[in-house]
Amino acid sequence: MQPIEIPVIQSYIDDHAGKPLYIHVETTNGAYATHRDPSFHNAGMFLRNAVITYERGVITGVGPYRIGLKLDHGWLYGEGLTDYEFAGEQLLIAGHDLEGRLAIAFELSPAPFAQGAQEVE
Amino acid sequence: MENERLLVIFPHPDDEAFSSAGTIMQHAETKGPVTYVCLTLGEMGRNMGRPIFTNREELPHIRKQEMIEAAKRMMIEDLQLWGLRDKTVEFEDEALLAGRFRDLIRELRPSRVISFYPGYAVHPDHEATARAVVRSLRSIDAEERPEFLAVAFANNTRDDLGPAHVVNDVSAYTDRKIAALEAHASQTGGLLKAIEEDPHLRDLLVNERYYHYPL
Repeated sequence: MQPIEIPVIQSYIDDHAGKPLYIHVETTNGAYATHRDPSFHNAGMFLRNAVITYERGVITGVGPYRIGLKLDHGWLYGEGLTDYEFAGEQLLIAGHDLEGRLAIAFELSPAPFAQGAQEVE
Repeated sequence: MENERLLVIFPHPDDEAFSSAGTIMQHAETKGPVTYVCLTLGEMGRNMGRPIFTNREELPHIRKQEMIEAAKRMMIEDLQLWGLRDKTVEFEDEALLAGRFRDLIRELRPSRVISFYPGYAVHPDHEATARAVVRSLRSIDAEERPEFLAVAFANNTRDDLGPAHVVNDVSAYTDRKIAALEAHASQTGGLLKAIEEDPHLRDLLVNERYYHYPL
């Protein structure tokens, strides 16, 4: 992955406005956060292969960055974004902490993300 | 060499290496073949290598290759990747999973099974795996049931369960255990630093500890 460049991301967001996109979005502190520090409240979520359509979307901030996609009936929001990479038509955006661990994933794709055992055959 | 099989069941690539690499290699060298059933590819891990060399979508491919290499280093003859998704084991049908474990145990007839200890396994996938393993073992007649060695590492393990029932001295395998851990490179970058800082990890390199879970 490489550090986020706003114009590259914004251009992808603009190009895909109004078209259905599959998303993988996720936040995580790792499964062991509370094991290592009992005072830490661990929380996280992921949503894989939901389909969204947005009318407008913006990436902003000075790094780490934020993205807001204005959906037909709501919003998709992510913060703490630092790096990106294209994989074919997929735009993979991630936020890594100072030790390089994933804290958030925010991924968009015109086709479903790989799912299940067959994805690594 | 005797011809006893060891069956190891964990949800993530690297669970086997951290908890049991020495015991696995010792078994392979002195007792017989080892089967490792690894339920997921750890595709939701948050370590992407240090420095970062992969991403969320590529990680399962990387971890599969790492697992194959680690299995080679640990002399695991039969590596089975069951293709569940990381973080979701507890939401699968436990009876179905236990049934698959039971069928496998009946087919392979292992003398020992290694997995996690229910209630003391920290990660929800670990707990779900442990519950299904216990359920499968309970469905097998006591005289046919393999010995169950359960890994417990919750912070309250020693307070609640006392000292481990089986302490396997694996100091003869320490270097090769480190090599097995290093095969899981995306997850164990910075391992040497971690060994320096983490007394639990240092102990794991010389002693692998197990409990007998009441069946």
